Amino acid sequence: MANMAQAIRMALHYGEKNLGVTEIFGEDVGAPLGGVFTATQGLDNAWNSPLDERGIIGAALGLAWAGGRPVAEIQFVDYIFNVVDMLKLCANGHWGSGGRYKTPMVVMTPTGSGIHGSMYHSHSFDSIATKLHGMKVVCPSTPLDAYGLMIAAIKSDDPVLYLKPKALLRSKGEELIPGEPDEKTLHDMIDAPLGDRTKWKAKWPKLQEYVVEIGKAKISHPGSDATVVTHGRMAPICLDVARRFAKEGKGAVEVIDLRSLVPYDWDAIKASVKKTGRVLFVNEETEITNFAEHLIRRLVDECFYELRVRPRLLAGKATPGIALSPNLEYFIQPQTKDVERALGELLSDPA
Amino acid sequence: MAPMPTAKSAPKPAASGDAYKKLGAAKLLKIHELMVRARLLEERLIKMSKGGDGFFWIGGPGEEAFNVPLGLQVKKGHGVNFDFLHLHYRSAAIVLSMGAKPIDSLRQMRSVATDVYSKGRNFVNHYAIPEHNVVPVSPTIETQYATAIGTGIAQARAKTDAITIVNGGDAGTAEGDFHSCLVWSNRPVRPLPVLMIVVNNGWGISTKGETQHGEKNISDWAKPFPDMPGRTIDGNDVAESWAALEEAFAYVRKNRKPYLLEARCSRLYGHSSSSGANRLAEPDCIEILEKKMIERGLAKAPDFKKVWEREAAELDAAHKQVKAEPFPETKTVWEDVFADGLPPSYPTKGGS
Ligand SMILES: Cc1ncc(C[n+]2csc(CCOP(=O)(O)OP(=O)(O)O)c2C)c(N)n1
Repeated sequence: MANMAQAIRMALHYGEKNLGVTEIFGEDVGAPLGGVFTATQGLDNAWNSPLDERGIIGAALGLAWAGGRPVAEIQFVDYIFNVVDMLKLCANGHWGSGGRYKTPMVVMTPTGSGIHGSMYHSHSFDSIATKLHGMKVVCPSTPLDAYGLMIAAIKSDDPVLYLKPKALLRSKGEELIPGEPDEKTLHDMIDAPLGDRTKWKAKWPKLQEYVVEIGKAKISHPGSDATVVTHGRMAPICLDVARRFAKEGKGAVEVIDLRSLVPYDWDAIKASVKKTGRVLFVNEETEITNFAEHLIRRLVDECFYELRVRPRLLAGKATPGIALSPNLEYFIQPQTKDVERALGELLSDPA
Repeated sequence: MAPMPTAKSAPKPAASGDAYKKLGAAKLLKIHELMVRARLLEERLIKMSKGGDGFFWIGGPGEEAFNVPLGLQVKKGHGVNFDFLHLHYRSAAIVLSMGAKPIDSLRQMRSVATDVYSKGRNFVNHYAIPEHNVVPVSPTIETQYATAIGTGIAQARAKTDAITIVNGGDAGTAEGDFHSCLVWSNRPVRPLPVLMIVVNNGWGISTKGETQHGEKNISDWAKPFPDMPGRTIDGNDVAESWAALEEAFAYVRKNRKPYLLEARCSRLYGHSSSSGANRLAEPDCIEILEKKMIERGLAKAPDFKKVWEREAAELDAAHKQVKAEPFPETKTVWEDVFADGLPPSYPTKGGS
């Protein structure tokens, strides 16, 4: 089984071989490191840029205008805040130019908590990302989705912000990527050796095109008693809890893994909530002006009479940062036990 | 900051001969015509802004002596084999010299449906001209120096003599994006064919440059980089501008390395409509050109008068036409949000 970092690497390689990706760049993205999470190891077109986020996004936008399909990386989403206006330019260029300039570019960046990253390696960016109107925003939670979303992002003529959940980059999935060999073989083929890498070259498995359509959510667990809408690091946690609840007879919880935040799969959310009448939104962003608050407002507008109980949000606490000490981090950021509690309350709330 | 050179203090023509005579009457008359076209356009735009026939005005009257020679030296076309231009909002004379039509600027000022640059969405002088590689002009100061890096990389990779040109003002050079462009253009592993231009009018809105900038010349920012020439010129002088641009274009085209050119120019109508947009007593580059041409017997005053009258008449006709054109329909705001269209479930109500 490939992990998510390997999956992204394979998708990028598919992109450089088949989809015209000639520039993959950012801080420490090229050899010898291949990215701080190894997501760009062994790629032919990966290179190191100056330590300059504004230059990185500017370069990507210029490359897109020049007809390329660049993939740029911001090393951690925690360091994306000084390029918000550059991202706005990426997002509004097509609209602002009356449709004259397309912006086919991908900005990928590790997001969220879960690696004991303290104040500046734990941030989420979802709410701000979803306000860069014109930009598409995706966030996978499995290696296969990571592969399919990256290929979709590369093929898109719109700018795509590709959020990589830090905590999941080493995690493996339950589904194979088309063309993926067994784990040991894959490791020997595409993971750079420790020590001297100057002579090392990746050997790539025969990869195939596999696209996860941007804007399509996934029902990762079907159910009819309650709906959980989530993405990224929280998606496997919600899936795990839903499975346990089903096994223990606590209720049939439908888990919607959004995968795309912009555009989001409104039809999937609405259909599920109409069925269950109970909904919990779970994400890592802080609760003030949380992206899910928009979804809740829209549900109240469009499904008021189908909601059997009040819709709920489980999110990060609105602290100025995420603290290092584990008991503080686990208090600030939603964990498995919080999902269990919130789901339990949702299911038992009298209609 | 050194005082801005006026026409008087500008360097004398090279000993090899008079720079104006070398350019010749035909070319100078062509340049003059474009300068007049740009000036009259800007003055018309100011009038529209003040008369309720549009809103905010910002533009480049006073920069024509530099911007027309620039526009005329661009290798214009579409794609990496042609020059890319990352311009700021004072570049009317550049795009007019590349063939843009004044009527399209009037349309953007009036924000009518026929505004080709932005469909009534952006301020005047904010172009997007893909057929000539003029990338979308943004009101955000200095971001164009960051995007120039990208087209520069594309051209550094391609087998081409095409280059990237970026311009902006003097105050904006304090922003990091200017320094991003310097650093990325001079990376030892891949230098970039970028012509970095700074038009120094001595002001950032109401703040005098010399109160904020200790560097003597902005072009001195090229000094740390061994392969990047830096030069400051009198941008109010056509011949000096033409020659300096010729040298800079040639260097970047041939060596595939960056060049920093600072042009000292007048800001004839102040910063924008926000500061009144009234004519100021700074050297006027068109008057300077006309005087130099007459002195050298390259033209006579009545020749110039004819140009002013003809250009004004054309502008009158264009303005009349634009006034009859419709404003954009509200439903057009949903066009171009995404390249592949708006998803059916995208929220479009603006709330409940
Ligand atoms: C990032 C940013 N900050 C502030 C502004 C507001 N603003 C518009 S023009 C301007 C002054 C720019 O001065 P300079 O760079 O010298 O260019 P000039 O207008 O003189 O040509 C400012 C501060 C802006 N548009 N963008």
